[in-house]
Order: sequence, then structure tokens, then C-alpha cells
Amino acid sequence: MNALTQTPFAYDYANADCGGLRTRIGASDVLLRCSGALWLAAERTLVVADLHLEKGSSYAARGQMLPPYDTRETLRRLAEEIAALAPATVILLGDTFHDRRSEDRLAADDAEALRGLARGRTLIWVVGNHDADGPRALPGEIADELALAGLTLRHEPQAGLQPGEVAGHLHPAARVKATRGSVRRRCFITDADRLILPAFGAYAGGLNVRDEAFAGMFARPPLAGALGVGRVHAVGWRSLVGD
Amino acid sequence: MADSAGLPADLLPPRFADWFAQRGWSPRAHQLAMIERAQAGRDALLIAPTGGGKTLAGFLPSLIDLATRPPPNGPSSLHTLYISPLKALAVDVERNLGAPIAQMGLPITAESRTGDTGLSRRQRQRVKPPEILLTTPEQLALLCAWEGARLYFENLECVILDEIHTLHASKRGDLLALDLARVAQFAPRMRRVGLSATVDDPEVIKAWMACHRPVDLVGSHDAAGVPKTTAELAEFRRETEETAASPRISAISAVEKSSGNASVDLVRGPAGAEPIVEVLLSEGKVPWAGHTAQHAMQEVYDVITKSKTALVFVNTRFQAEFAFQELWRLNEDALPIALHHGSLAAEQRRKVEAAMARGELRAVVCTSTLDLGIDWGDVDLVIQLASPKGASRMVQRIGRANHRMDEPSRALFVPANRFEMLECQAAREAIAENKLDGDPPRIGALDVLAQHVMGCACSEPFDLLKLYDEVTSAGPYRDLPWEDFEQVVDFVSTGGYALKNYDKFRRIVKGPDGLWRVRNLETAQRHRLNVGAIVSPAVLAVRIAMRGGRGGRKIGEIEEGMVEMLEPGETFVFAGQVWRLVAVTNLDVLVSPAPGADPKMPSWGGSKFALSTYLAQRVRQLMTDQPHWQVLPADVREWLEAQRDRSIIPGEDEMLLETFARGHRQFMVCYPFEGRLAHTTLAMLLTRRLERMGRGPLGFVCNDYALAVWAIKPLDQVDFAELFDEDMLGDDLEAWLADSFMMKRAFKGCAIIAGLIERRFPGQQQKTGRQVTFSTDLIYDTLRRHQPDHLLLRCARDDAATGLVDVARLGQLLSRIKGRIRHSPLEHLSPFSVPILLEIGKERSPGHSGETMILREAEEDLIAEALQ
Repeated sequence: MNALTQTPFAYDYANADCGGLRTRIGASDVLLRCSGALWLAAERTLVVADLHLEKGSSYAARGQMLPPYDTRETLRRLAEEIAALAPATVILLGDTFHDRRSEDRLAADDAEALRGLARGRTLIWVVGNHDADGPRALPGEIADELALAGLTLRHEPQAGLQPGEVAGHLHPAARVKATRGSVRRRCFITDADRLILPAFGAYAGGLNVRDEAFAGMFARPPLAGALGVGRVHAVGWRSLVGD
Repeated sequence: MADSAGLPADLLPPRFADWFAQRGWSPRAHQLAMIERAQAGRDALLIAPTGGGKTLAGFLPSLIDLATRPPPNGPSSLHTLYISPLKALAVDVERNLGAPIAQMGLPITAESRTGDTGLSRRQRQRVKPPEILLTTPEQLALLCAWEGARLYFENLECVILDEIHTLHASKRGDLLALDLARVAQFAPRMRRVGLSATVDDPEVIKAWMACHRPVDLVGSHDAAGVPKTTAELAEFRRETEETAASPRISAISAVEKSSGNASVDLVRGPAGAEPIVEVLLSEGKVPWAGHTAQHAMQEVYDVITKSKTALVFVNTRFQAEFAFQELWRLNEDALPIALHHGSLAAEQRRKVEAAMARGELRAVVCTSTLDLGIDWGDVDLVIQLASPKGASRMVQRIGRANHRMDEPSRALFVPANRFEMLECQAAREAIAENKLDGDPPRIGALDVLAQHVMGCACSEPFDLLKLYDEVTSAGPYRDLPWEDFEQVVDFVSTGGYALKNYDKFRRIVKGPDGLWRVRNLETAQRHRLNVGAIVSPAVLAVRIAMRGGRGGRKIGEIEEGMVEMLEPGETFVFAGQVWRLVAVTNLDVLVSPAPGADPKMPSWGGSKFALSTYLAQRVRQLMTDQPHWQVLPADVREWLEAQRDRSIIPGEDEMLLETFARGHRQFMVCYPFEGRLAHTTLAMLLTRRLERMGRGPLGFVCNDYALAVWAIKPLDQVDFAELFDEDMLGDDLEAWLADSFMMKRAFKGCAIIAGLIERRFPGQQQKTGRQVTFSTDLIYDTLRRHQPDHLLLRCARDDAATGLVDVARLGQLLSRIKGRIRHSPLEHLSPFSVPILLEIGKERSPGHSGETMILREAEEDLIAEALQ
């Protein structure tokens, strides 16, 4: 059977009132938020990946004085999501800190803001490659991976097809092409079996989903949820190009 | 010879006088005047026409000094520094200077040093400098950032700034002015010499190149409490502000900056022969719109066949490729016609230049890459295809024809459309009257200052107050407030953030001795890798595709944005040939030859030059002056007459505004003639206002002459005085600007120049190629939210307002047309409105709304795919 006669896979998706995208991963209903967070309504769980807190000061330590506001900007956006959704559980899906010394460099008010977000709910730190030990002084539980709502939540996607996996690590970004030109946005990327979340951190860069790092991960041409202004745009594989 | 009348004959030493005589030359008056100014120890600005021996005039004083001084005791040291805006020009001047040195047998070494100079030669030049070093502003900045800069420059006698008019009004000029101030500290005897062919206002350039020192008009340095230097003055001001009503306050006015200009003497060469400029009339064929001048190619080709060598100037690379294709299509005689523009591989450009120098070419189609520099004696005609944009640029380009001063240069202007016909006529007349348009004086940019301060710290420890005095002796920074300087130093040290948690990471630190020095060697090394004030857009290499998806021979470079318009499989013209796009890899655009294919022509941006204010004014004059229309061809005259009869020809100081319905849309077209940039900004702001007025604006389009806005609801009842009120430059402008992609683009440039973002690292791996490790857009958004008054946001705003949106010009426009809007309500479109309406749909709209449209279109494609 060649590609031309193959019926395209019909993704099940719709835009929600908030501008986010409702879709299914395996048998679970999920909402892909405009912020780049994942909302599991039935479990009242908010998932964010790759905050890379203190990336700015990590560069400053090497002599490149990026504005020291990335942590508070990232936490501000996370606080907005928490205020909007009132989650019972917040899962930080790894690489929450940019490096192993990030926690020591946190400004006092940023650390306090982070503690505030944990208050009255469960905060879970799934550890990643940048922060393999988890936090030392900050509140929350530490986990390598989690099973929730029929999904497996971990930082780094495992090789090959992984039905039910929700991961971060790759910082997916989509270059979307149309007749008038192209734009590059952070994005969710999913084949309805697994989902990779965009990086949530203010200074986290993006890796084009056409990059080889994504090869072999999807059972079919995946669907991108590109983060626009107040809307997650569902974009098909053929509208995506490399950088 | 009458030339040298009035100057003492013994200005030339015998060896030099003999050399002139052996060639049958006599020294020109301005050459002698430059020697005389040098002997008087004065700075000098020489303005002389091309072919007038200008470069030699600049070097003669140094050659004489070096040839006649007693042999130095120590090792050789740098005597004269020559700065050129182009690498190629520095190399060329090295060659030209070699002739008199060799012929007179002078014991002088003169060497060039550019980014292309081999490593071993550059290292040797640092240890053992030549007496005359020919280099670029970037190399000078690098030399100033090396340890030992003070020693290197201490015996410097003279700095020569060539083509100074192209250097001064830019960030490169800011950096160069700062480096001159620096070198002047090291070399107290240093004289400054500027050379230029085209200068509209010598005072602006004199002020830029002069040394501005604080002078004490009171004369009593010891008067208690009277500040002696500008830095002390600033300190003093702060103190007196704190202790208000101090009796010392009256002393402040006693300390002022010298005007500076007085220290630079103006030397003028003889006026060259008047250029002969013609405008190609193309009777009966001048198109309504377009920028390619396709209609005139046969005529252009015929003119080339009758010339020895012609330079065909165009405004964009796209136009260059297009004109080159067209000329070769007509080239039945197989004349050697070549192509030269900034995207071609350097090697290929050098080949064209060499063939040109050997007199083997009949024509070269080129962009501004050939505006300057290299002498080609055989060029006898300059052709300007499409809009000249400014009179000064044209004079520069025309000067490329015929480098003999006493013969007139010949030039032919080829308008591409009817408005351009007016523009070409206006430019021709401006040149005949020797009226030039110039750049206004610049205020030095703070991002450039940040780079310079870091460079100073890399060379040797500095004292804050002394550095302030040094910096304010540079023309563009002479009015720099002390507070801004402090802010810049804070930025260099810790990033200048209100949140002070980078104190332990300082890039420059103040020692116990009170001096500031760079934190460590690695930081200094990284700074030196990133010196320079030129920020160019990301470029990809165009390579021939080989087996296995590899890239073969490099054909040239192409800007990132241009590639986005193309799909694999599509064909396009590049380097004069048709190619098929195979793939885009990280850093390479892979192509295969597609001869004979009908190429898609991506529109590679409009002209990067804006129509000059002065030329725009002359176009409006010509349009108003009906008897004057006789210089125009019949079809253009008829077009103007039709406009007069069906709508209005506005008065010289009025702006015409037309409204009419077309299809289901309501149009408003106005004709400010202020250039595309100012028009685009105006259109953005007008649509915001029309939206608020409930008119439902749908879109707009702009060119250099006019702008059109269309809407759902009629626009003829709008209060135009209110719509065009100057108050749009307040909140509306700021609100729009803060969100615009132009601010982000400007911010990126400032962040790179100021050293916030590094372009190159030691031992850098080209891992993911162009990708910076983080996006400056993310930094911009974060900084804007958390510290909106940060230094770099200020820099970006200033840059965007001048370079990218032309706020100053928009302000002039709004005040010019206040109470002078001539509204012409029409049933149908007018003859004037046709060109701008023809441009609708050709442009891509940038910014948020444009990006959302792209995303929406992609969504629809997905739905369409699902419904297949």
C-alpha cells in the first residue's frame, strides 16, 4: 500500500474554550493548554516539563549576563495555570532545574514563590538529566517516573514506540509553513499513543520536531499542537518543515 | 602650475618633487594643502572628487615624514593607521601605495590587515608593526582590546579615515569614534585625517571625527571646587543637586565642551567635471508599477554595446539576478557581462573584480557591493536601474565611472515605473545643482559603548572618571550623560539588572586600587572573538547537492528568510543561473542545476534604502510644477494630466488623500512620499485608529510614495485631521512597537553588540549550526515584563524607532501635513492609485496577526487532509 492511497489517520481533537486542544492519548482524555502545560481533568493533575529554572544564572556564572528573571517568569506562568485550574497535584516532569547547583542560586523570593505553589496540593518532582537528584530543601515528592490515568509519566522518552508515555526532555518546536511564510513555535507532539510536552521554562529553547531526535518515536505522522496566541493550533505533519 | 599657487614650493622634499616630475605630474593644490595642514599639526577633512588623487593626498604627509625623519633608535613602530570601510579597499590601497614607495625607494613598510589576513601575518603585525597599517574599524577595535594596546599605538602620528561619509552615521561609526578617542589617549601626537568624495554637510563629519575636550573658560584651574573635567563636572552636578542652592552652581556654566569642529580644517579639492546624467525616457513604455525595469532591458543592452565598460547598479540582489538574466537573454553578441552582489561566494566576487581590473568585462550588474572603493579606470558609464532613492548615493555611484577628474562621468537612470520617472528626473536635477542629501548627526549608541568599555577593560585596567572623559571626547558621545555611562558600566559588569544576584559573576571588577579590570583571561578572550558592530542576518551556504545528501561546491550565501519562501523541487535564480532546491540541511541549501527551467522568482525584499527626505521633497515639487512636466515622456505626462483631471494634483506642501470604493472594499490612498519605512509605520498606526473608530480596516500596502488602507466600512466620512493627528506618536506608537517583531529584531542586534549574546565561542562546535543556544525573543519577553527600563530595551527602542520604523521621519510628515490634507472623494480609483493597488497581495504581512494567519492556514490544511 503506498502513501497516496493510505487514508490519513483521523486525529480526534477539538479546541476547548480556553483555546487549548482536547485530544486523546491512548484511552485518556487530555487537554493541551496554551501555556504548554498538560491538564488531566479527571485526576485534577497539571503536568509541566523542562522548567530549567536558573538557566539565566547558569549562563551568568560563565560570564554571559542573561536577565536573572527567567525563574520568576516561569513560576509566574505556572502560578497562573494553578490559579486557573486549582489542581490537586502538580507534576514537574524533569529538568525543573537547569543544573545541579540551580537550587542554591534561587533568589529568596523565587524560592518562597515555589514553596507557595506546593502549599495545599501534592507537588511531584520527576527527575531529569539536568536535576537527577531532585530538590534538597524545597518541598515535594521525588519520583523517577509515575503511572497515572493509564499513562506513564517520565522525563526522557524511551526509544521506539511507547504507547501511553508522556514525556518532556526534547523541547519540541514546530516550524509551520503556509503560503505566506512560516513561523516557529513551541509545540506538543503526539501520535495519539504517546505525547511529548513542550518546554515550559522561560529561556528553554526548542528542537525542531523534524529533527532526527524524534525519528522512530511515532506510529504514524504525528499531530503538532503549536502554541499560538491564546490558542493551541492543531497542525498536521505535512505543514511542518525543518529549520 | 596654477594648482599650487599660494603655497610654499618647498612643501615637497626633492625626492618627492622629482617623483611627480618624472611622471609628468604636478602636485595638486589640495595635496600640498594637506602637507601644510600636517606640518601645522592640524586635523583635516579633505573633500575631493573621485580621481583627484585623494588617497595620495591623505598619505603624502606621512610618506614625507617617514622619509625625512632621522632613523628611529628603537624597533619600528606604527606611524600611520589607515581605516577603510571595506576589506577589499584596504588591500587595494596597500597595492596602490606600494607604487610610490617602491618608485621613490622609500624605507617604509605598508601592510594591510583585515579579517582575511593570514594568522601568522596578523601575529607578526602585533609584535612588529609596519609603519603604515591599512585596516578596518573592526580590526582597530580588536587591536584596542588587546593587552599592550597602549604601547602599540604610543608613537602613532596619524589616522586616515577613508570614505568617511560611509563610516560616520552608523554603529560602526560609533565604535570607530570611540576607538579613535582611545588611541588618541595612547598617542598624544596623533592627527586625524578624513577623506571623502561626497559630503553634504562637512560640519557633521568634522564634529564626528574631532576630539572634543572639556575646556575651562574660567581659566583658573585651581579655583576651589570648580570641576576641571567632564567627569568631575558630572560628579559636581550630582553633589550640587543634593545640596541645592549651592553658591558653586554658577561655576557650572563656566565648564563647557569645546565645539571640537574648530580643531578640524576643511580642505577642498577642485570641483570635478560636471557629470552628464540622462534619464532613459522609454517613450510609450513606462510601466505603471513594478521595480524590475524589464520594459527597458533592450535599450539598456543597446547602451552597453556602445560603451567600453558599464556598471549596472540595482538596489536589491533580486533585481541584480533578474537584470542579469534579462541582459543575457538579449546578449546575442555574447558580450562579457558579469554579476556582483553580496550573496555570491567571495571567491567568485574576487574573480569578477579581477576580470574588471584587467578590462575584460563590458558590463557588471551589481548592488551596493560596488558602491565604494576599487579603482577601475575603464568604466565609462554607470547605469542605475530603478529608483535612485537619494542624490548622494547616486553621486557616489556615478563617481565609479571615469576616474579621471577632468572628464565628466556619464550616467543613465532607468526608471522602472512612473513615480520613479519623477524620482529619476528629480535626482538628475539635484545632482546638476550639486544638492546632496546627507545623514543627520548621530547620537552614539549605548550598546556599542558597552562593547567598547569591555574592550577597554580587556586591554588594561581603567579609571572610571578618566574613561568617561575619554569617551566624551568622541564626537557621537560628546553629550553622554554621566548617568548613562554609569549604567553602561554596570551593564558590562553584571548585566545591569535591578535584581542584584549576579554580583559574584562580575565580568569586570573594581580592584582595591580603584581601577576596573576584566575578571579573567577567558572572559577577555571571549570578548575579543565577538568584537564589531556589524550584525548581519543569519546566512546559509548555497551548495551543489552531491550523492548521499552531501553539499558540494559552495556557490554563495543566502539569507535565511529567503529560503523560507521556497519548497524543495522549486526553481529559482541565483548567481546568474537557474537552480532547483533539493534540500535545506542545518547550514546548507542544497541545489542542483536546472538550466532552462522557468524559475520561480521569490520576491527577495524591496529596496533596503529609503527614499531620501530631500529627494522626496524634490519629487513633490516636480509633481506640482506643471510647466516642468515637459521633461517627462508623453505617457507619464498624460498620466499626470489624467490625475489632475480626475482627482487632484496636490500643492507642494499638501498631502493628497483619496477615498473610493472598489469591489466590496472601501479604500483610502494617501501620498506622503516619505519612503516605505515611514509609510509602513504610519499604516500600522492608522489601522489601529480606524479599528477604534469602528471602520473595520482589513489590510494595507505601502511603497516609497504612497500607502493604501482598505476597510469594510466607507472611509470618506472619517475626520482626517483627527486620524492623522500627531498624538499617534505617543501611546499608540509605544503600544504597537512594544509588541512588534521589529523591536525583537532590534533587541537581538543590540544584545549581540553589547555582548549579552555571544556569536562565537572559543573552540565552538557547529553542532546545530545557526541555532543560538537560546532565543533572544524569549529574553526580550522576559526582560520587558520584569525590567522594562533596562538599558538594552532602551537601545532596542531607539534602534527600532530610527532604523526600522523611521519615527523621526513620520513625525516630520505628520507635522508637515497638519491642516494640509487634501481630501479627494472619488467614484473610481485614480491614475495615481493604480501603482499602489497593483502591489496588493505581493507582500507578506509580518507580526502577530500575520503569524496567526499562517497557523490558521495550517490548521485548515489539516482539516482538508482529514476530509480527503
